[in-house]
Amino acid sequence: MVSAYRIQGATGEWEVVIGLEVHAQVTSKAKLFSGAATEFGAEPNTQVSLVDAAMPGMLPVPNQECIRQAVRTGMALEAKINAWSRFDRKNYFYADLPQGYQISQLYHPIVGEGQVEIEVGEGSAKRVGIERIHIEQDAGKLMHDQHPSFSYVDLNRSGVALMEIVSKPDMRSPEEAGAYVRKLRSILRYVGSCDGNMEQGSMRADVNVSVRRPARDGQEVVPFGTRTETKNVNSVRFIMQAIEYEANRQVDLIESGGTVVQETRLFDPDKGETRSLRSKEDAHDYRYFPDPDLLPLELSDAFLEECRASLPELPDAKRQRYERELGLSAYNAGVLTAEVETARWFEELLAATGKSGPDVGKAASNWVISDLFGALNRLGKGIDESPVSPAQGAELLGLVADGTLSGTLAKQVFEIMLETGEDPAKIVEERGLKQTSDTGAIEAAITDVMAANADKVAEYRGGKDKLFGFFVGQTMKAMHGRANPQLVNDLLRKALS
Amino acid sequence: MSVDTATVRHIARLARIAVTESEAEALVPELNNILGWIEQLQEVDVAGVQPMTAVIPNRLRLREDKVTDGGKRDEVLANAPIAEHGLFAVPKVIE
Amino acid sequence: MTALTDLGVAAIRDGVREGAFSAAEVAQAFSAAVAGAKALNAYVIETPEHALEAAEQADRDRAAGNLKPLSGVPLGIKDLFATKGYQTTAGSNMLGGFEPVYESTVSGNLFAAGAGMLGKLNMDEFAMGSSNETSAYGNVISPWRRSDGGNAPLTPGGSSGGSAAAVAARLAPGVTGTDTGGSIRQPAAFVGITGIKPTYGRCSRYGMVAFASSLDQAGPMARDVRDCAIMLEAMAGFDPKDSTSLQLDVPRWEAELSSDIRGKRIGIPKEYRIEGVPEEIDRVWEQGIAWMKDAGAEIVEVSLPHTRYALPTYYIIAPAEASSNLARYDGVKYGLRKMPESGGLAEMYEATRAAGFGAEVKRRIMIGTYVLSAGFYDAYFNQAQKVRALIARDFERVWEECDLLLTPTAPSAAFALGEKSDDPIAMYLNDVFAVPASLAGLPAMSVPGGLNEQGLPLGLQIIGKALDEQGVLNAGLAFEERAGFTARPEAWW
Ligand SMILES: [Mg+2]
Ligand SMILES: [Zn+2]
Repeated sequence: MVSAYRIQGATGEWEVVIGLEVHAQVTSKAKLFSGAATEFGAEPNTQVSLVDAAMPGMLPVPNQECIRQAVRTGMALEAKINAWSRFDRKNYFYADLPQGYQISQLYHPIVGEGQVEIEVGEGSAKRVGIERIHIEQDAGKLMHDQHPSFSYVDLNRSGVALMEIVSKPDMRSPEEAGAYVRKLRSILRYVGSCDGNMEQGSMRADVNVSVRRPARDGQEVVPFGTRTETKNVNSVRFIMQAIEYEANRQVDLIESGGTVVQETRLFDPDKGETRSLRSKEDAHDYRYFPDPDLLPLELSDAFLEECRASLPELPDAKRQRYERELGLSAYNAGVLTAEVETARWFEELLAATGKSGPDVGKAASNWVISDLFGALNRLGKGIDESPVSPAQGAELLGLVADGTLSGTLAKQVFEIMLETGEDPAKIVEERGLKQTSDTGAIEAAITDVMAANADKVAEYRGGKDKLFGFFVGQTMKAMHGRANPQLVNDLLRKALS
Repeated sequence: MSVDTATVRHIARLARIAVTESEAEALVPELNNILGWIEQLQEVDVAGVQPMTAVIPNRLRLREDKVTDGGKRDEVLANAPIAEHGLFAVPKVIE
Repeated sequence: MTALTDLGVAAIRDGVREGAFSAAEVAQAFSAAVAGAKALNAYVIETPEHALEAAEQADRDRAAGNLKPLSGVPLGIKDLFATKGYQTTAGSNMLGGFEPVYESTVSGNLFAAGAGMLGKLNMDEFAMGSSNETSAYGNVISPWRRSDGGNAPLTPGGSSGGSAAAVAARLAPGVTGTDTGGSIRQPAAFVGITGIKPTYGRCSRYGMVAFASSLDQAGPMARDVRDCAIMLEAMAGFDPKDSTSLQLDVPRWEAELSSDIRGKRIGIPKEYRIEGVPEEIDRVWEQGIAWMKDAGAEIVEVSLPHTRYALPTYYIIAPAEASSNLARYDGVKYGLRKMPESGGLAEMYEATRAAGFGAEVKRRIMIGTYVLSAGFYDAYFNQAQKVRALIARDFERVWEECDLLLTPTAPSAAFALGEKSDDPIAMYLNDVFAVPASLAGLPAMSVPGGLNEQGLPLGLQIIGKALDEQGVLNAGLAFEERAGFTARPEAWW
């Protein structure tokens, strides 16, 4: 059990209670209710239909893919799928909201309760409850810095589909919140329902924070404190910072005699602080009601079945399988399954080796985690940009496995592969990097080495065992690094004994 | 239920319609008259009745995920009171 | 020979086909009539060039043997329908000068069927009104006058007031109307013409400026049942751009027209006999019942117990939807913008909407905002949706006893302009007979039944089962044959 996260206040310890509303952009070509494109980075207002611009008489028609992705996401979070849901209008005026309302789901969301398992500290797991997932429209973008008296409105994002994934207030530390968001992101990316790109705003969180006294022994329920909601925080690090800042602010406030007010706040990444957004608070009454332009959304069994059947193996299941079937350590399995691209690359590599099980699993996982990741890190590249393909990796592993390459030679060959993109067998062939098991040649080299170092031979035989490594190094050097190291060992031992 | 001038001003604020003091005062009896009249619905026994969701039995159709629209910035902005640099312009918003 | 403007939709279509006259002549005759009837203020804008272009195309199509269902028929289009490149105002200052870059599905369907447009028809602002007095473009004056010598200008009804006046005054052989809670039927009754609101979902709402989405339906208004059938056939049809559009083929309403309604059971709902309704309404209703009997229908007394709650239900749901539908008029994307000297975004919204909307629209937005606001949603909106379900259930049950319903269309003949404009509830009561069918999404038509003692038209309403426009039209035809209504206002304008 990890020791609990506590804020040390002047009057004692405080527990932090955190709930997150994560807005995840649904991966789709077209918008939720219009046929305009969703691609990031287009020229302003070029991905806007008349529906998105709320022209008089324009009507929403839902995009099946957005519904499908929300359902698949719900399934991946082991959540209840509501075959009957409906869209509601959330009414408020803002310059980024052309209709004067956001189409969302309040009363009957498409996905109900579910859960996410996160890892907190070494090997201990915790479940974070999901309250609901609903589908809604994104707003447009306001630009404030281009003109002294105008703000400009770009509606390219207006109407893009979002899933709002609402957690239960189950997290108790910034680390847990960070782990939750990372895990959620990983699952969404596995499912393919969101690209998880936080820099581009594809995932952002409203962070609800409150503090309370920790439960004393024997005390069952401590009521929640008043929470604040910090809106639109767009990185894991910022989410953690915002929680830490906000929790400490609330503790300071309470301990100095103040009270926390339920309010919307904004995170300032430059200062690492949150501040009140009073301007947006004023008179909020969203007047939700069912959108009369849209009928209830009813999902057929066949549709739900297809959603379920199309779900990939998810990170937790995959990690367990890697441990079980490939004999990987929990650590290696965790690293290889955290990101969908890594797992995909790794599995392509395994497939290309033509082998299965622990035979290849351990060697392959070690090579990916140390050699490949090391190289990619140096190159500043992601695994999907790797200059070495899974097939080439598999070939390299094969050359090690069949004794063609020693570990050292393999590293050399890999470096050449990274530079040239050539296949390892070709590199070995053309550059003569093949490991030799020619006993005669190795014995000849040993004879030379021993002759040239007669004094050290005497010392070794006199009991200085440590010198064995010296002889191995000299022999390998004489063999230009290509001798089979096991054979060198064996023959040296015999010759020196 | 009935409204007073403060409520009228609040409603007008929610609806983003400027009302002068005298307009707000004039709206009080007007709205109360209407609200008093629709109040009679409270007497209807609706126990066990589901609110209407679809006027005519019909199924919500879903469209295919295809880009079929957009690329019409000029048309989108054609009727804008003020548009500059391909953007709608509004009084500066301080966030 | 009769003037071309005396011809209806079918007569024009057939005459063009037969070569009795050219479509261009028809378009010119109607455009001249429109230009000469400014006193009625039925049209907000006149578009003779559109009508003529379509007519010339019709004449070419005739020569090529390519006539379309409405070739040569010039129509008036209610200003609630977006017409590409032509000002579309919804009767509001908010949309003054707004020229859509798109065409509504209904007007597009009519044009694709060969029709041309004579102009955009005046209407109550955002279709909110029953007398056309809420229009920002002035009152429409009914072409009818009381025969007792009083020259008080009368209302043509509303919200499709310009549409009604145009057909009655022969400024168009047919027009589009829209009906949210009686806006086709009540004006049709007031001016002695025929108008049908089809089943909700028959006509696409795409490009029709929204008032109350769950109620808004387009429909034709014309001189008789056949003309309505012809126009409705062209207007209706599945539209993937409207999620509430019905995915059904359009029936061949005109071809299937038949006044043989022998054996049809026609229900007379007792709750439609309400206190305070003038006796002349009862009289025309009794006359209508007699005609239906004469046509061989069986008359049955029926009950729709929740009828009296229909109007208050409507006046919760429609304003609630409207308060949200009209939020898009904010001075940012199109239409009016008012910018106070000092102030930011919120002040611009408030000033724009204060200046752009008229009193009735503001009143309804306020009511709608109130009934949806925190703490009132269940008591008002949800309660209304439940009562609405009960009203729909009343109709479901009554169809076990009858095939159609016959009721008055409106509780009075046309009234004088200004007579009710200070009393919103008195104005709302105009639609007491029209609103139940709207709430239940049912097809309903008004047909002229006769004149009252002051020489003003009175209409009766035929309500049918969902999707049974044919039954409604056929009963209307049987009614029409017996009523023999030929009265028309004398041209004073
Ligand atoms: Mg939120
Ligand atoms: Zn949201």
